[in-house]
Amino acid sequence: MSKERHEALGLSDDQVLEMFKTMLLARKLDERMWLLNRAGKIPFVISCQGQEAAQVGASFALDRDKDYVAPYYRDMGVVLAFGMTATELMLSGFAKAEDPNSGGRQMPGHFGQKKNRILTGSSPVTTQVPHAVGVALAAKMEKKDFVSFVTLGEGSSNQGDFHEGLNFAGVHKLPVITMVENNKYAISVPIEKQIASKNVSDRAQGYGMPGITVDGNDPLAVYEAVKDARERAINGEGPTLIEAVSYRLTAHSSDDDDRQYRESDEVEEAKQKDSIITFAAYLKEVGILTEEVEKELNQEIGSIVNEATDYAENAPYADPEDALKYVYEE
Amino acid sequence: MAQMTMIQAITDAMRTELKNDENVLVFGEDVGQNGGVFRATEGLQDEFGEERVFDTPLAESGIGGLSIGLALQGYRPVPEIQFFGFVYEVMDSINGQMARMRYRSGGTHTSPITIRSPFGGGVHTPELHADSLEGLIAQQPGIKVVIPSTPYDAKGLLISSIRDNDPVLFLEHMKLYRSFRGEVPEEEYTIDLSKADVKREGKDVTLIAYGAMVHASLKAAEEMEKDGINAEVIDLRTVSPIDIDTIVESVKKTNRVVVVQEAQRQAGVAANVVAEIQERAILHLEAPVLRVTAPDTVYSFSAAEEVWLPNHKDIIEKVNQVLNF
Repeated sequence: MSKERHEALGLSDDQVLEMFKTMLLARKLDERMWLLNRAGKIPFVISCQGQEAAQVGASFALDRDKDYVAPYYRDMGVVLAFGMTATELMLSGFAKAEDPNSGGRQMPGHFGQKKNRILTGSSPVTTQVPHAVGVALAAKMEKKDFVSFVTLGEGSSNQGDFHEGLNFAGVHKLPVITMVENNKYAISVPIEKQIASKNVSDRAQGYGMPGITVDGNDPLAVYEAVKDARERAINGEGPTLIEAVSYRLTAHSSDDDDRQYRESDEVEEAKQKDSIITFAAYLKEVGILTEEVEKELNQEIGSIVNEATDYAENAPYADPEDALKYVYEE
Repeated sequence: MAQMTMIQAITDAMRTELKNDENVLVFGEDVGQNGGVFRATEGLQDEFGEERVFDTPLAESGIGGLSIGLALQGYRPVPEIQFFGFVYEVMDSINGQMARMRYRSGGTHTSPITIRSPFGGGVHTPELHADSLEGLIAQQPGIKVVIPSTPYDAKGLLISSIRDNDPVLFLEHMKLYRSFRGEVPEEEYTIDLSKADVKREGKDVTLIAYGAMVHASLKAAEEMEKDGINAEVIDLRTVSPIDIDTIVESVKKTNRVVVVQEAQRQAGVAANVVAEIQERAILHLEAPVLRVTAPDTVYSFSAAEEVWLPNHKDIIEKVNQVLNF
């Protein structure tokens, strides 16, 4: 009997189940945040829904004890895979003092956590790209065996920092992996009005690095692409640009109404390819996700989300005096 | 003690810190073999190698972002922005990112970056090669803005800036780069980034300035001395944060103040100094605090530059107004 796809990639049954669990946790946390927002309990949500496969598939291909990540605001799957907990994410959603990302100082989705090597980012998109390039330059100078992994949306690939960062990485052959999560929309502007080339990955040629487009709904395809890219980076062969194509299943944010700019048929069609459904189908087909396992998983994730919500809701806000801290070294 | 120009003192400060701390990196456009368009980094790449002193592509925002990434890995980047007028290309990295890193991460991430950049008028470079844009950065909490006026201060302040654990903008006035030499110790020394310097003691009026305007103020003071007017001259050295205590102490003594800046008038450092003085020492004032500044127009074309820029005569005129109020 031929090997299953995940086995051919060197992934065990436990590892793929863990991947699915991380994807599902991201989805369920995100769904809970929307409910909390609509109930008036949290101010803002910016979703990962539809991009979990790319985020988790990529993260599992990295060395999560060594590599640095510079995520963008939809990357709940990445930061969960890198060690941020559901409770910490909920604390961020509620903007509570204990939020490890910024103590409620930034908007949700502005991930950063030193102990898990998650670089803190800014609000204008794409600023994280040259940061990740700087981290990769440090790895190269110190001959260390880590890579930096930076993500962004396809809309962000039009910013100057994308060009400036990737160009520097290409010139110096730095160990940085850039993954564009192409979800087809920059808020309301569709891909065809954003980018003249067929694929975002076509741009890699201009930076002297490989450019790869993969199915962002397939965590195993993304895993494979990132794993290859990491191997090249560690071997001194330089950076890679990966484009993971998926679809944004929600509106841009909790303050956006996507009915203004896209047809519901299009969204419904994309939902058929939702990785939470298709990856579950794969895991069932290969006998990993049995009915019993699925039931346990749903129960476990349900209670993680409930506990995280309760904890964060009851946690205190920062004292007003805290707004005056951390401006200069004290 | 050696006699150095300000640019030699700046190179010497970078050499000192490149030697002292292996985490110090110097980079920017043309700073490598070329030694910088003003020669501030001359010889540094040969001495410290291409890993620690290197050329970047022509991309200011990329330089700013790269600095942040390196700082997050424990380095002390000293990037150069070739002309400070080009800061608009890297404004987000400076004011939007490095100045806020400590705050937004709740103190877990920092940006010990020193951005060096030439600025200032009087050397026949037109707009965006001569503008005084320090006010843009001084308005942003989380970053310090340092502007030396002498070779001695340039070395000590630059060493302090590089060692500081917060980001620092270190602005180098182009007219002062080679216009005179001063005594600079060969050994290392630091100057407190929170202290103004009383350059000249006096009792009749206080002139507050920074950068090239310190020299215009000293010249004005010397001329006025001939007429029996005894002016005190304060060099701010750090325009953010400002050393208000030294200013207030002087105001209590002289009771009359003129604040001098090369930048245009509106929303600048001088306006801030005036506001601080009236809030803290209004009962010590015998006259309104006046300002000498460039006009609120875009930086002049070269042929009109000497008229457009403030000079010692403008300062004397304002001093006469505060004395005769």
